[in-house]
Amino acid sequence: MIHDFGIVWGERALLLSGLVNTAILSALSAVAALLLGFIVTPALMSKRPAVSGAARLFVDGMRCVPFLLFAYIVYYGFPSFGIRLDNWTSGLAALTIYNAAYMAEILRGAWAVQPREPIEAGIAFGFSDIRLFRRIILPPLLLSAGPVIGNQMIQIIKDSAFLSIIALPELTHAASSIQSRHYVPFAAFITAVFLYWGLCLIIEAGVGSIGRVAEARR
Amino acid sequence: MAETSKVLDVAGVSKRFGDIEVLSDVSFQVDKGETICVLGPSGSGKSTLLRCINWLERPDAGQIYLNGERIGINNAGIVMGDRELSKIRTRIGMVFQHFALWPHLTVLQNLMEAPVQVQKRPKAEVYDEALALLAKVGLSDKRDAFPAKLSGGQKQRVGIARALAMRPDLLLFDEPTSALDPELVGEVLVVMRDLAREGMTMVIVTHEMAFARDAATRVLFLDRGRAVETGSPDRFFSNPETERARQFLQRYAGDTANNKR
Repeated sequence: MIHDFGIVWGERALLLSGLVNTAILSALSAVAALLLGFIVTPALMSKRPAVSGAARLFVDGMRCVPFLLFAYIVYYGFPSFGIRLDNWTSGLAALTIYNAAYMAEILRGAWAVQPREPIEAGIAFGFSDIRLFRRIILPPLLLSAGPVIGNQMIQIIKDSAFLSIIALPELTHAASSIQSRHYVPFAAFITAVFLYWGLCLIIEAGVGSIGRVAEARR
Repeated sequence: MAETSKVLDVAGVSKRFGDIEVLSDVSFQVDKGETICVLGPSGSGKSTLLRCINWLERPDAGQIYLNGERIGINNAGIVMGDRELSKIRTRIGMVFQHFALWPHLTVLQNLMEAPVQVQKRPKAEVYDEALALLAKVGLSDKRDAFPAKLSGGQKQRVGIARALAMRPDLLLFDEPTSALDPELVGEVLVVMRDLAREGMTMVIVTHEMAFARDAATRVLFLDRGRAVETGSPDRFFSNPETERARQFLQRYAGDTANNKR
């Protein structure tokens, strides 16, 4: 067993690049999903039934499709419509679009319970448009939604493991290569598990500090 | 409109919500340094009137002028965009019933936010002024506290200081003491009384009759969306002209007596 871990250690460069790729993939798609969520959320809350209906269809649709299937569709299915993306682009797109639906729903929930008066005070004090959103609406929204957004980021990290099936060289893919090359499944996979756990601990530390900032203001 | 002493001129303002006419043809003027208390039964349109002044509600008819400048409609006769409206709004301070402080900012940051971000005034100057205003409302020691950690009375004093930090031409108060525990009302009224004495121009929607009586320069009585009576507080309270005002005052006198324990 020790010997197996020795073999995995020998492949640390591969694992490390897998870890870095998982981190990059997750971070990029988390930020993109959050930004996309900010576009979908106002649509969800729109008073026009056509707009809110379309946004609702997207959100509910995404939430009912298994991520693995969605990744297959983007990578193998889109070329049927002439959209051919490489594995990095399809992986990023799949993770982003899929999680944007969750982010939009999280933000909608947090937005709906924000008290109306501070925003109105912002308008009365001369804030408008982007400045109103950025200075007055957004900060309390992020503080209250922070923990749930952090949770979703952990979900994104875990979902990214599915992208090994489209040969994206992320952490699970790296562990899988090591095991098939040397036949050390337990050592290879358990190492990957601990590396994923490490990533999640970083996210949780971030969520914890947002929580402390929010707590001081509650 | 050219008279320089007239800060606010409200002319024939009407507002409906669906089938309900909340304000009908309300007109009044406020001179520089005046404290106008808007009184009336609940549902008489007092808050809506206040919110129409800075166009938080868009009036259906009528004109509103701040220092001779039309609010809400520009020179071309077109409804102003958000940006144009925002510019005028920075000259009107507003104090809210439920304080409406920005929860993510400290007390000091609440005071500095709009002067720095919207009015683009130099930070150092705004900072000095904000500290002076906090001293004025007696909250210097709370400068780094977050609103959630303050009592209602303290929150409202911050609300007033925040409005003053904009150096407004006019201050609007929307029932500033209605959400407060009775024992906290006094500390807020003291600050408002000081402002009245210093000659701040204010329009105050309130149910505090004693305050209106001794701090207002004029009283405006609204009933069912109409400006029924306006005049000096002395005359209004001792000898109201209309039956409606008489009934309102009687009911209030009764309530106040009942509340005495």
